[in-house]
Amino acid sequence: MNRVAIPQTAGSGDVPAYARVAPKGVDTAHGPILYLEDISVSFDGFKALNKLSLTIDAGELRCIIGPNGAGKTTMMDVITGKTRPDEGRAFFGQTIDLTRLTEPEIAHAGIGRKFQKPTVFERHTVFENLELAMKADKRVSSTLFAEISSAQRDRIARTLGLIRLTGEADRLAGLLSHGQKQWLEIGMLLMQEPQLLLLDEPVAGMTDAETERTAELLLELAGDHSVVVVEHDMDFVARIARQVTVLHEGSVLAEGPLDVVRADARVIEVYLGR
Amino acid sequence: MLARLYGPRGWTAIVAALAIVCVLVPLANLVAPPESVFHMPDYTVALAGKILCYAMVALAMDLIWGYTGILSLGHGLFFALGGYAMGMYLMRAIGRDGVYQSDLPDFMVFLDWKEYPWYWAGTDQFWYSALLVLLVPGVLAFVFGFFAFRSRIKGVYFSIITQALTFAAMLLFFRNDTGFGGNNGFTDFKRILGFPTATSEARVALFVISGVTLIAMLLVARFIVTSRLGRVLTAIRDAESRVMFSGYNPAHYKLFVWTLSAVMCGIAGALYVPQVGIINPSEMSPANSIEIAIWVAVGGRGTLTGAILGAGIVNGAKSWFTVAFPEYWLFFLGLLFVLVTVFLPQGLIGLLGRRARKSA
Repeated sequence: MNRVAIPQTAGSGDVPAYARVAPKGVDTAHGPILYLEDISVSFDGFKALNKLSLTIDAGELRCIIGPNGAGKTTMMDVITGKTRPDEGRAFFGQTIDLTRLTEPEIAHAGIGRKFQKPTVFERHTVFENLELAMKADKRVSSTLFAEISSAQRDRIARTLGLIRLTGEADRLAGLLSHGQKQWLEIGMLLMQEPQLLLLDEPVAGMTDAETERTAELLLELAGDHSVVVVEHDMDFVARIARQVTVLHEGSVLAEGPLDVVRADARVIEVYLGR
Repeated sequence: MLARLYGPRGWTAIVAALAIVCVLVPLANLVAPPESVFHMPDYTVALAGKILCYAMVALAMDLIWGYTGILSLGHGLFFALGGYAMGMYLMRAIGRDGVYQSDLPDFMVFLDWKEYPWYWAGTDQFWYSALLVLLVPGVLAFVFGFFAFRSRIKGVYFSIITQALTFAAMLLFFRNDTGFGGNNGFTDFKRILGFPTATSEARVALFVISGVTLIAMLLVARFIVTSRLGRVLTAIRDAESRVMFSGYNPAHYKLFVWTLSAVMCGIAGALYVPQVGIINPSEMSPANSIEIAIWVAVGGRGTLTGAILGAGIVNGAKSWFTVAFPEYWLFFLGLLFVLVTVFLPQGLIGLLGRRARKSA
């Protein structure tokens, strides 16, 4: 096993998030929290990403749009360690080289990811889902003897309130509605106390009211966290976006405020105009 | 899940029931007079002891398959290796009482070997053999699991590789040159720790040790599956990628439970061999390992007690069937597996649970 030392705040699960000093792991002194440079990935000759460069600032809420096959999910795979780029550099903060870490190591470093299809532990209760996701020492021996503290219970209760699942805490996650599963998954990410949240289509399959609530939630989260949202729903993007990046054929086509991007002739041609 | 299946009272009852069996069987065998209806013949004691060992294997299988979702079709190998490690001691304990009255086991004399191969060194010591019982299956499982889980081999591919592993080991052990008695394996044991093995007392003692070991294993398994680690294991079964992106390394968790499961099988094999009086490579045959999965499926996956129940019922039925209708046993086993899979996806335990809910 390649063990790369990641500074971990030992037992930080016991300390409420607001009581901690600046995060130790990620150095964002220069502004950007995520830095992708000339990333290329190809699958059997197909270039999923083609010299993609992208910078996300700390505390930013960024929406990424683009037609199917533009490379949005592949980009998330590269950031979270699921896919290794053929070339290019990917840094988390100034110092953490994402191309050298495994998925769990990247999760520990502070990147949380929500999948396109809501992925929760269906045979566990909502409470247990959040408990498992909670930031803690996640090695085998510590997990075997782990006990939940009352401070941790409070944190889970707060997250339950935030994702509006307080009444469902003891239900099996598999019995939740599609929208509730999406929220639960976002809640699980929050329990990890990440600095960067990657959300792949967070409002897919949600009702209008749920979409509205999710927009509020994401706007609340931005600032404390950096949030990257991949989304097709343009109304939702308009509701939350400050900066929008348009991907096309594996690289950045346009970037800027939504109305500027919307007016871009190339963007209209490949995406919005269709 | 399990904590929801039975409360603390339910667990106390299950453990107490097993403990009572451990007391009643010795009484029925040693105290009840042979003409009494309560008398239990030696044969039945040995059979019951054998089933206890199978129950341990089923329990080990449930941890890796029922809870973690990894179907091993090679658990018979770990069971057999534990058995062989104990068998080496039992062979040396025969001393000069073998057919050829040599210091070497009969099969080595027959092969005209003059001394023990190096890997037999130290096996005349019980403690060393007992250590091998734990280490051989444990180390093999660790090394195999390390590479398999690191390469993210999953699902049916993992099952096939484990099946191939036990098959390869069987072929290896069939060879006389391997030094484990070829296809005859080890048999004709005379004594264990100085006590003769062929007495009622020895059988009962081994039975009780097996029963106590099974209870201990059940409690350890319960501790594991009700811990947070247990919840991680089921989470790996249901959504491994989410586990990974939550910061757990699934490979480490799988390796832990896989190795533990193999060691449990090794202990079961070591207790099995002195009670059955023989160990040979047929224990490593692929069919044996598949049968273990059937026990667990019949009893109910992911329940622990279901595994024990399944091992008991299937093997009880087997010993009756193979006497009454020997040629139909495999048909019956196949039918049972199909029926349980189609009508009782949660096994017999699921059926009991359903009835309990109805009456409640």
